[in-house]
Amino acid sequence: MPLARRPTGLWRDAWHRLTRNRAAVVSLVFVVLLVIVALFANLVAPYPFERQDLESTDLGPSAGHLFGTELLGRDELSRMVYGSRISLAVALVDVLIVVLIGVPLGLAAGFFGKWLDTLIMRTVDVLLAFPSLLLVIVVITYLRAVLDQPTGPILSVIGGLDNLTGGLLGVFIALGLVSWLTVARLVRGQVLSLKEKEFVEAARMVGASNLRIMARHLLPNTLAPVIVAATFGIPGAIATEAGLSFLGLGVRPPLPSWGILIAEGVRNMRAFPHELLFPAVVLAVTLICFNFLGDGLRDALDPKLKVD
Amino acid sequence: MTTFIVRRVLWMIPSLLVVFTLTFVVVHATPGSPWDESEKPLPEAVKQNLAKQYHLDDPLPKQYADYLINALHGDLGPSYRSVERSVSEIIAATLPVSAQLGLASMLFALLVGIPLGTLAAVKHNSWIDYTASFITVSGLATPPFVRVSLLVVALSLGVAWLPTGGWNGIWDVRSIIPTLAIGLGPAAILARYTRSSLLEVLGQDFIRTARDKRLEDVMIVVRHAMKNALIPVLTVAGVTLSNVITGAFFVERIYGVPGIGRQFVDSVTGRDYPLLLGIVLIFAILISVVNLLTDISYGYADPRIRYR
Repeated sequence: MPLARRPTGLWRDAWHRLTRNRAAVVSLVFVVLLVIVALFANLVAPYPFERQDLESTDLGPSAGHLFGTELLGRDELSRMVYGSRISLAVALVDVLIVVLIGVPLGLAAGFFGKWLDTLIMRTVDVLLAFPSLLLVIVVITYLRAVLDQPTGPILSVIGGLDNLTGGLLGVFIALGLVSWLTVARLVRGQVLSLKEKEFVEAARMVGASNLRIMARHLLPNTLAPVIVAATFGIPGAIATEAGLSFLGLGVRPPLPSWGILIAEGVRNMRAFPHELLFPAVVLAVTLICFNFLGDGLRDALDPKLKVD
Repeated sequence: MTTFIVRRVLWMIPSLLVVFTLTFVVVHATPGSPWDESEKPLPEAVKQNLAKQYHLDDPLPKQYADYLINALHGDLGPSYRSVERSVSEIIAATLPVSAQLGLASMLFALLVGIPLGTLAAVKHNSWIDYTASFITVSGLATPPFVRVSLLVVALSLGVAWLPTGGWNGIWDVRSIIPTLAIGLGPAAILARYTRSSLLEVLGQDFIRTARDKRLEDVMIVVRHAMKNALIPVLTVAGVTLSNVITGAFFVERIYGVPGIGRQFVDSVTGRDYPLLLGIVLIFAILISVVNLLTDISYGYADPRIRYR
């Protein structure tokens, strides 16, 4: 009997499964909208985010200011629109860290084994045993103090960049410490089983180098779980930045990180609860959408896969 | 089993030492002290006296050794900020508050998370499952500072059932919002694990046998499935503790609870390094002990697990 169904590729199948998941589709639309808003923030935002208007402070939501204004008369909606840039920059850097640090270290640990495996995985174990926010706060305390008064040429450059990005660089460095851990462990596990398969042996037979086996044969096979794990990592990274900024350890005012907006909202919540409500809800919805997207991708790419 | 416990305890020591040493080095490499912040610069002589008082001029290895030895005797040194209380005294005063709050949150998580996960698994792919999964993802995705903000806006400012902040012991109504805000995270983790673990068990042969014997559904779930399904859920005890600790940083700060989480945040923003170091040490010990107990209880709960 001939095949009734046309053969389709993994990615096409995955896309079909993803688009059948309603929560994932809604989340994907939200994330795409958020990216557009962030990219074109200067066109979307009704006012410049730092423009103060002391005549109209602490206004409630109205046609002129959809989300109202805050203590200094700055438009809340505009600040949140620009704040999305910070959150998405953090998301992007988090994915870069996963791809550039987590994946190579996991590959190397799984492929070469022995002392390298022990070294990398023991480091991961120790760092994972403690709450990442605890480690991040300790590291960022150090970075804040060092980068504020940099000594030496290298630190001056880093400190300058940190200032230029309004304190984002410090957040990135702190994230770099913790956000690759789970992916490294995941990739190592995949490689451990993959490297015993026949196709790796075959590649070795025809004389492929270690590097080529890792890059051309092992890496593509770990792609699906890495995509899922990276998606699940994004909300954690965004929440970490917001949390640090909330505590005054992340992005510096007047840059409008959502964490800063929430911190200001908390200070003002008894008199003007909307100043807390809007940023808190937007942040929560963003994080929930990334999570649903991760769930959808996991089910679409490999129904048996478990990433928690 | 005994060998396993001994090995596991011995492994805990280097892991603790690594985290402590790293924190110690980072904290001591951090330039600046609380005295830099004063508007008037201190006279050089006063600075020297302060350095002498706090042994800041000793070589680092000596400071490290002194600190460890003192710490073993329960003395974590003087606080930079507080005149009348040492670090040990501050921790002794604030830890019980956080412990009460943490235990209440854990209890809430158990009482909500496990039934929710069970319900979702039993009514797999029904609207109950989808509602439960939405609640779970919301709990997992929103950081504690967003949860506590939204709870205060809804319950204190919206319907005005509860006060907007403060602490008056665990039996006071003021503990409700912090308990909910911290507990929702672990509750979501427990629900998710219970659901997936129970789904796996419900698909197994012995459950089919039980169904064939016409046992009641409730009996099958409670007597046969839960017993096996809850064992893997034990593994997340460490994760939930991490969740409770980092949750406390924000929740205690926002809601004005005089606990150790708020002290930690204040020690970071106030550059009280001895206090920061002391609290990190306490957290590290707490987490290591809980991870150890988890591993051991796992072995006792499931005889199929063999430790080497």
